[in-house]
Amino acid sequence: MLGLQALFFYIFAFVTIGSALMVVFLRNPVHSVLFLILAFVSGAGLFLLAGAEFLALILIVVYVGAVAILFLFVVMMLDIDIAQVRGRMLEYAPIGALVGLVLLAEIIIAVTGNYYDPGTPLVTSQPIPPLETVSNIQALGSVLYTRYVFFFQVSGMILLVAMIGAIVLTLRHREGIKRQSVSEQVSHTGKNSIEVRKVESGKGI
Amino acid sequence: MTDFFWTYLWPAIIILAESLLFLVVLMILIAYILLADRKIWAAVQIRRGPNVVGPFGLFQSFADLLKFVFKEPVIPASSDKVIFLLAPLLGVTLALSTFAVIPVAAGWVVADINVGILYIFAISSLEVYGVLMGGWASNSKYAFLGSLRSAAQMVSYEVSIGLVIVTVLLCVGSLNLTDIVIAQTTGLGTMLGLPNTFLDWHWLPLFPMFIVFFISSLAETNRPPFDLPEAESELVAGYMVEYGSTPYMMFMLGEYAAISLMCSLMTILFLGGWLPPFGFAPFTWVPGIIWFVLKALLVFFMFALVKAFVPRYRYDQLMRLGWKVFLPLSLAMVVIVAFVLQLTGWSDML
Repeated sequence: MLGLQALFFYIFAFVTIGSALMVVFLRNPVHSVLFLILAFVSGAGLFLLAGAEFLALILIVVYVGAVAILFLFVVMMLDIDIAQVRGRMLEYAPIGALVGLVLLAEIIIAVTGNYYDPGTPLVTSQPIPPLETVSNIQALGSVLYTRYVFFFQVSGMILLVAMIGAIVLTLRHREGIKRQSVSEQVSHTGKNSIEVRKVESGKGI
Repeated sequence: MTDFFWTYLWPAIIILAESLLFLVVLMILIAYILLADRKIWAAVQIRRGPNVVGPFGLFQSFADLLKFVFKEPVIPASSDKVIFLLAPLLGVTLALSTFAVIPVAAGWVVADINVGILYIFAISSLEVYGVLMGGWASNSKYAFLGSLRSAAQMVSYEVSIGLVIVTVLLCVGSLNLTDIVIAQTTGLGTMLGLPNTFLDWHWLPLFPMFIVFFISSLAETNRPPFDLPEAESELVAGYMVEYGSTPYMMFMLGEYAAISLMCSLMTILFLGGWLPPFGFAPFTWVPGIIWFVLKALLVFFMFALVKAFVPRYRYDQLMRLGWKVFLPLSLAMVVIVAFVLQLTGWSDML
């Protein structure tokens, strides 16, 4: 199946790069976000070809199913004047180029130097089992929750702090707004909501 | 050359034929599910429902299909035409493609992959895009508001659906849908010394999760009482306002495909898939696919009854239910189930 795999690899790779370019060059920001989503999906296809089925599907669930939807929400609701954005593009070009250069340098450093070598004793003490016997998820889980449990928990804590921070920054309690209290509504009975009074004629209450 | 044929083409042809057969059967089933939905709704309101086309109105859905297809598609002048037409296509394709991993009987599955449940979850999280794109591309206030509501609703209930699935996976120890069904051959019933019965299925030990999943799937598929995106009294018809003819029909088809997917998923996760309700003589003679379809139809019957009985939620109530009730409940249940499995040693048996 090697030929077929190569064919699919090239399809996914070209779609990924092509849609990444479209993200940058398209005029309409909503179209850009939609192409970003296409890039994510074809990236997931590449993961699938590499045998990382769990990563591929998690990429779709997390990035496409949640993060990109928020992007799309925000971009759709912004009332962007496209001509104005175009005109000011040159102002941002140097910063963009700088960020791009830094990223490129980081990628080159990360790819060329092997900084993630776990060392021979670790590799030999935990040999990689053949793919047929252990599924992706089992393999990931058995190292993530044993060897790397500290890092896993710390990253979870960082996300939690970020979430609480966002809530604290945006939450405000305004006075004078009627709020629904469900428990109060449910505990309401006829007795405490209606009062029967005897009204004499011509007098009123 | 023959080598090429047997290694590449022949499996491809078989998969294609399987998918096509499955799709045709599914489409016919969806047509009758749509009819059943209308008939049940009518029966609750003591009406007759569609009864003109064919005996008892049995061909109503096909007449509707022809009607939609032969109408002129009207595309708003200021809409984004490509995305406008892409949205319903995306919706229906994604909804139908999830069925590739659904096992309808022992071994009857188009793609028996190890991460089946994750695949379903991933694809159904993409279904929001059909709604969002359709609402945005229409270039209309009502459509856009409807699509924003719908997307927020679908994303929120996906969270609790995901956690409910996690509790089931904890009990099974595999993400393969076939394994999930097979794991339900033994359970609470066999622990008490009974033969294999419907008491073994997951609905009994995970009963609260069964209810949470049912209500969440109502919200996820935009069914009443959570059909706020379509709220015809305030938003005309939500994100579908500008759609007519075939594109509209594709949205409808996608919606009902998503509903039948949720029914099948509930059947697999909680109601034992194709397993017979009693594991002895007359019941085991019936083929598994019949049991599967019967169970899925039972779930759909509940869906239809809810549509007929329950008044529509307000939007803030809907969000409250999703985030403040279901999310903590399902999160707590994940922890409880994990604890119970670990302490009683059931996890070692997996």
